[in-house]
This record gives sequence, C-alpha cells and structure tokens, in this order.
Amino acid sequence: MRITVTVDGTNYTDEVEPRTLLVHYLRERIGKVGTVVGCDTSNCGACTVHLDGHSVKSCSVLAVQADGSEVTTVEGLSRDGQLHPVQKAFHENHALQCGFCTPGMIMQSIDLLADNPDPDEQAVREGLEGNLCRCTGYQNIVRAVRDAAQHMSPGAGPDAERITETKHVGVGGD
Amino acid sequence: MTATIEPEVGKSRRRKEDERLITGRTRWTDNITLPGMLHMAVLRSPFAHAKIVSIDTSAAKNAPGVVAVFTATDLDPDSSIGMPCAWPITPDMKAPRRPVLAADQVNFAGEGVAVVVARSSAEAHDALEEIDVEYDELPVILDMEAAIADGAPLVHEDQGSNTSAVWKFDSAEAGTGSNVEDAISSSEIVVKRRFRQQRLIPAFMEPRACVVDPTGAQTTMWSATQVPHILRVMAALTLGIPEHKLRVIAPDVGGGFGGKIGVLPEEMMSLLVAQKLGKPVKWNESRSETMLAAHHGRDQIQDITISANADGTVTGLKVELLANLGAYNGLVGTGVPILGAFMFNAIYKFPAYHFACTNVYTTTTLTDAYRGAGRPEATFAIERIMDELADELGMDPLELREKNWIKHEEFPFTTVCGLTYDSGNYEAATEKAKQLFDYDGLRAEQERRRASKDKVQLGLGISTFTEMCGLAPSRVLGSLDYGAGGWEHAAIRMLPTGKVEVITGASAHGQGHETAWSQIVADQLGVAFEDIEVIHGDTQSSHKGMDTYGSRSLVVGGIAVVKAAEKVVAKAKPIAAHLLECAEEDLEFAGGKFTVKGTDTSTTMGDVALAVFAAHNLPDGVEPSLDSDATFDPENFSYPHGTHLCAAEVDTETGRVKLRSYVCVDDVGVAVNPLIVEGQVHGGLAQGIAQALFEGTVHDESGTLTTGTFADYLLPSAVDLPSFTTDRTETPSTTNPLGAKGVGEAGTIASTPAVVNAVIDAVRQFGVNDIEMPLTPMRVWHAIRYGTTDAGGPGNEAGGGLGSIDATGGAL
Ligand code: FES
Ligand code: FES
Repeated sequence: MRITVTVDGTNYTDEVEPRTLLVHYLRERIGKVGTVVGCDTSNCGACTVHLDGHSVKSCSVLAVQADGSEVTTVEGLSRDGQLHPVQKAFHENHALQCGFCTPGMIMQSIDLLADNPDPDEQAVREGLEGNLCRCTGYQNIVRAVRDAAQHMSPGAGPDAERITETKHVGVGGD
Repeated sequence: MTATIEPEVGKSRRRKEDERLITGRTRWTDNITLPGMLHMAVLRSPFAHAKIVSIDTSAAKNAPGVVAVFTATDLDPDSSIGMPCAWPITPDMKAPRRPVLAADQVNFAGEGVAVVVARSSAEAHDALEEIDVEYDELPVILDMEAAIADGAPLVHEDQGSNTSAVWKFDSAEAGTGSNVEDAISSSEIVVKRRFRQQRLIPAFMEPRACVVDPTGAQTTMWSATQVPHILRVMAALTLGIPEHKLRVIAPDVGGGFGGKIGVLPEEMMSLLVAQKLGKPVKWNESRSETMLAAHHGRDQIQDITISANADGTVTGLKVELLANLGAYNGLVGTGVPILGAFMFNAIYKFPAYHFACTNVYTTTTLTDAYRGAGRPEATFAIERIMDELADELGMDPLELREKNWIKHEEFPFTTVCGLTYDSGNYEAATEKAKQLFDYDGLRAEQERRRASKDKVQLGLGISTFTEMCGLAPSRVLGSLDYGAGGWEHAAIRMLPTGKVEVITGASAHGQGHETAWSQIVADQLGVAFEDIEVIHGDTQSSHKGMDTYGSRSLVVGGIAVVKAAEKVVAKAKPIAAHLLECAEEDLEFAGGKFTVKGTDTSTTMGDVALAVFAAHNLPDGVEPSLDSDATFDPENFSYPHGTHLCAAEVDTETGRVKLRSYVCVDDVGVAVNPLIVEGQVHGGLAQGIAQALFEGTVHDESGTLTTGTFADYLLPSAVDLPSFTTDRTETPSTTNPLGAKGVGEAGTIASTPAVVNAVIDAVRQFGVNDIEMPLTPMRVWHAIRYGTTDAGGPGNEAGGGLGSIDATGGAL
C-alpha cells in the first residue's frame, strides 16, 4: 500500500506491506533509528513517538494507519541545534543511564506535560506508567519531567515549534 | 589548552554520553545496516526436554526470501563446537557440552534447533514456521531437590547425575576460624531457616543482537554485549577463528546487569552463518526470545543455620545451598554461588563458618551472573536470619547488628572467609541513615498502629551490607579456578594539540565511563574535561580488556587509567625540563603545568605534546611520544558498604505492600562523580526492590516459562516505586590511589532484604516469620491469614487472594 507521512518535518511517500508496523517503517525504511524496539507486547514504551501530536507506541500502530499524518520522533525534537526542554532536563537531572528507554521516555514525557503542564510526582509516575526503564529507578526521570515543566510555557504542547525555551545548552558541561 | 585548577574528581559532572542518547543518534547494534546484509532467525524448542527425532527444513528453504536454513549437522558437522564455561569450580565438575544448535536433544524450552537466513527479518521469521521438527518428549526436571534425589531422571544422560559439582569452604579447615559444628552444639541459641532466591530475568531494555560482517580483511562483529574482549577470545577459541582476524565491537549497549556477560550460541551461529554465506548477517532477538533464552539469575535454595550466645554474640554460621544452573554451564554461572560464599558473613565478626554449595542441572534456561552475582543472595540470607535471630533473642535487630559488626577501629580486618576488608565505618553510615529515616519516630508510630489494630501496619526493615568489588586480584581468581585474570588495561594518547584520547578496556553499557574517566584524566594530566575523549568497546582501538561487570570498572579500569596517566607525566617530564633548560629534579607538575620550583617559569602538557609532535628539539635519546599504557591488577578487592532502612506499610486486609520510605547511606569510598553514584544507587534499589516485591519466573509443569513477556513478568514501572533518600559516607579504600570502592551493585544487594525485613516486621505480630519472594499481595495476605509461608508461585497472586479480602477481617 502507498502511504504519505510527514516525519520530523519531511514528507515521505512509500509503498509498504499492510502488516508493516510504524516502528519498522520508521527504523528500516526511512532510517529513523532513534526510535527503538524493546518488546513485542506493547509493554515497554521504548518505541513511543508522536502521531499528530500525541504519543503512541509505534510498535502497536501500522504504518498504513499513519498515512496522511504527522509523526515526530526523538530525532525531530531539537531545532537549530537547540535541545527540547525535556531533552535538556533529562541531561541535567541524570535521567538516563544506558539510554535505551530514553527516546520513548522523552516522547511520553512531552505528551504528559502537554496534558498537565505542572504535574506533581505522582502524576508524573502515573503518566510514565507505560514506559519501562531498567537503569534509573525512575527517580531522576520524575525529577527531570518536573524540572522541564518549570522551563516550558503553560500549555506548550508536544509540537516542538511551540517551545519557548531557546537558550542553547551544551552537553557535557556542568 | 585550559589548565584545570579545581579537581574534577568529586564533581557531579553531567554526562558526556547523554548528547547522543537524548537526541536519538545512538549506535545500537540493531541500527547497523550493511550492504547485502541478511537476517538470521532462530527456531527454538517448545519443549523443555526432548529427543529430536527429525528436522525437515525443505519447505522453509523454499519460503520467500530465504537464502539458507541450517541445523546442527549443517552448522557443526563434527559436533566439535561447545559453548565455553570459564569457571570449572572443581576438578570433577561435570561439563556437558552445550552445542551451538541442539543436535539430538533439547534441554530447555527456548534452546535453538535451527536457523533461517533470509533477505529480511520478517521473511526469516515467517520461514521458521515452515520447519517441521519431530520431538520425543523426555521427563521435565524443574525442582532442584527432586533433581538430585536418587533415581531422578537425568538432564544429560551421559553425565550420570544432575549434580554438577559440590564446592565447600570450612573456616576450621582453612585455618581462618573455628569449627562450626562445635559452635552450633555449644551455643545457647540456634536459628535455622530455609530461604529461596527466586529465579529472575535480568531484563536489560535492549534485547540482544549481533551483526557479523565477514567481507573485510578481518571479520567484524558488533554485539550488544558487556564483554567484547572476552567474546573475541572465546569466539577465537571456540570456533578456531584466528584472533587477529576477528574484531569485536560493542557499540552503545542498552543495559546488561550481568545479563549480557555470556558468550552466546547466537553469536557463534551468526559468525558461522556469515562466514559460510560470505555475507553480512544480523541477528536481533524479540523480547520474548530474550526472556526465554537469555540467561536468568539467582535461583537458589539456601539452608542457613546461625548460632549465638544469649547476649546476641554470634558464634557460628552454616550455609548449605542448592544452586540451579539450568540446563548447561554458563560462562561464569557455575561460580556465582562461590562469589557469594565469601559474603555470607557480611560485615560481621563470625568466629566459625561453613559453606557448601551443590550446583544442579535442571531442564531450564541457564542461570548466570545477574547484578551482584552471588552477593545479593548471600546478603539476603544473612540479613534475614539476623532479623530472625534478633526476634528469638528479643533484641532490636539494629542492636544485634551493632553487637556483631566489625568496629571502625578494627580495620583492616580479616574475616572468617580469609578476606581482608581494608576500610569501613559501619557506625557512621548507620547513624546517618537512622537520622535521615527518623528511626525512633517510626518505631513509635509502629507501636501506635499495633496498639490500635490499624488495618495498615507499619514495618521497619534494616539491611547492612558489604560486598567485594573490583573483580578481581588475578591470583585470587586463580585460586578459585577461574579461567582468566582480573586486570584491566588503559592507554592514553596525547595528541599534538594537547587534547587527549583515553582508551579503556572496561566496555560500558550505561555506567558513564566516558564522563568518569574524563574526570580522572583531567585531574591527572591537568587537561580540560572537554578536551578528553574516551574510547571503549572496540577490540581494534581498545585491544586489551576484561570488560565491565562486578563493579570493577572504576576500581580496576579507572586505576589503570591513573597508572597510564602517571606514565604520561613521567615521559613528559624530561622533555619539559629540556624545553625549560632545567634539571628534571627542579620541576614540579600540577594542574597541567611543569613549573621550575620557586619560579614562575613553566610549560604546559600541551606545549610538551606539540614539541613531541614536532620532535625538533627533544633531549637526546628520547622517544618522540607521550603515549602510554598500563595494565592494572588490583592487590585486593574493595569493600563498599552501607546501611539501608525501609519503612513498609502493609494493608492487612489485602496483603498489599506500600513502601512508605526508603533511606540508604552507602559508603563507596571516594565518589568520582556523585551524580553518577546516585543514579547507580537508584537503579540498583529498583532492581533489588523488584526482587523483593514483584519479579520472579514461573514455569508450568511442562517446563514452559509462563512469565515470558513484559505482560507477565512484572518489571516495576514508575508508579510501582517510591522516591528514595540516598546519602553517602566516605571512607576511602586504602588499596587504590583513588580511594574508590565501586557502586554498581550496592543498591541491588542491600535493598531486597531491607524490604522483606520491613514487611515481615509489619506482620510478625500475626505469627509470620517468613514469606517467599516476591512478596505479592496474595502471599502476604496468606501469611497474615495463616501465619505461614505460601509456597505457591508468583503466578498465584493474580487476584486470587484479593477475592477473599472480606474474609480476612476477622483474622486480625
Ligand atoms: S517496543 Fe513498543 S512498547 Fe515495547
Ligand atoms: S536508561 Fe537504561 S533502560 Fe532507561
């Protein structure tokens, strides 16, 4: 089947098998390998992307279902070399170790902040329930999400264009 | 070049690694795609134990996209390839051959039987369905005690027994202590308990994968492994590939926790298949395959006897273990209980100790190292039985621990196992933890809740611990019959512009080596943190190494970096003296500068590097190079320790456990990067708490793993865990120049008993003195209701007990 999808701002038109999952389309067809696969039961959330502005587990969406839609992956978050405030907060709060869950965690966190711009600890924990991390014990992830909330404008949605944070933050510094 | 003045070691540096990981520009093995690459999929046995009568691959060979199908006879016609075991723990240890693919018989559900190679992964998996295997089922052997009983059916008929080996340590025989039987028979109190360490799945988030490219001058293999260096040697030895013709790369690796320490049959299959076909081949497993076929951890039955005087002084400890190896010997799984053998006496001054372990084969997935490898099991047993002893004596559990632990002024202290603990301060860590926890306040609340018969009861759990990090002095490994040394390698390349490349043999998978090593080198050479690049995980650039496991990276690998840096300074000094036209003795080196003593005449390490590059003006006979390397073999282990306190609320009507607060004070010696240390502790706590409350495998009677996906195997999510209060004390290790001790496993080791002790403490008033892990609501409820341990599997908990909530009220 023929699909047309916008991924991270670029249009793609491709022929796909009906059974192709969105995550495989992203990874194997158009090379968006920033989104990863951690399970085959839609339990881990490693593959989370935004489909028309809302988080989905891309292993449970068919590529054909994304026809005509806009997909944002972790690779499409930073603009002009500037990290998204959630990416920045993950770095500053040491919210990742191996980093395998991180793309999905970041995408889910952005969606949860769109729903609730100032979540308390419990709300963050509940909002991330579908994303598993084996390394961090979640504490610093929770801290990062709440920290990011402080740096995003009220109502700033998942669309990275609407992020008000503009200060460039280098990685590796203190 | 910027000279660094403020020390880097001790700073909470944000990690260098993060940039690629938060932007999705990571190099996972599964991201690697090569021209003409084929995909390999493995057909796995659905039976736990069966003879293979026949395999028909003809339909699969004709399936769309299929390039080749291999069975054991195609892949290994001489049956000569056996997967390696690096740890023959006794001279008579049984060594059943683990073939790359099962040929005549399968010995666990999930064992590979055939492989398909196809143009796409989907086509390879589709074709697996076309392979027709006829099996003749054999008896399933799941229970360890039944497995070693007389007349039991055998996993490996040719081995004559399911007992792999028996390994013993006795303090009287070793001359490190007195006789345990005498201690037990002459003591005023003896407590005996049986604990079970349920089987766990390491569950790193990135499934295993490898890509083999046989098309270059060397064969290149990328693998999601913890041990690229060991893998290269083992692949060379196992398959006969000349070592110099094989390059192994561990790119970014998404977690390991010991679970990626094995040398995999799938890695060997990929190598064989790629070489046979002359094309690059990728193998990438699904999560369900990981759960089934990647090694599991723990799985011990522990019979513990402790004896004491009425005042609480412990007189002896006897430990008898059954350890489930699964169907074969893993790379180091045979030795996991042996690592634990040295830790059962923990932080205590026990005078008599006896340890015996029987390793058992069953028809299950093999077990091998899992975060802590042997030490969590040991710490659990001793910290649980100390609580039981305290209860029998009517003592406060903390007071009992204080009575028996090694006092600060007694270090260095040689234990009943013969290990010498270099430093520690259990008093300081415990005092700090008590303050942070509000121990006395919580005890008072516990009393109030008990008195008011509150439906939610409070329990306080204590666990103190130590472990041996920095695996390991090579001679110690040798004395334990381990097949390799415990050294680590590092190299430093001073580049002409004053920037630095650091090469380390410790291959990281999330631990932040790039950051920590940069901090170490920045201090050693006075080079800016940003001007340092750390290279690891590639046998071509990092040609020597023993890799990352057992909290060894910093205390072995980090020290190798220090040693290499010292050599760089030593090489630079005569050159600096020559440039400054002074005697070498007149120079001092600090903050990246060589200064003539008592003057402000100086030159920098960067100037020297440039002078070496130009090589126009060097002292006579000096080699134009500052590059150095060092191999460090530790003299002793390091012994981090800590005190963990857990407050658990138990709903006595539903059995549900809620962690009210968790405080730990760990002493990891000098923390190179406190931020990374804290992160490691958090993650470790989550894993240890998960063993206590959530995780555990279940097999049905046919040997099928019924907890084979993340839907059935309860990995905790963010809502299942609390926030932790973590703090540190700092008693530097005296056996390495950084004073560091290691931290990777601390949280996991200490938290499991802290949580279980807390839950037992909450419900002890109902006559409960043990609950088997994981402490599911069903089990806790059952224990409250009947005052006994429920021996049912974790699968039992699925709501069964909750249906009876109403019936329990009266029992309280
Ligand atoms: S890979 Fe999509 S939820 Fe796990
Ligand atoms: S950082 Fe490793 S799984 Fe989350």
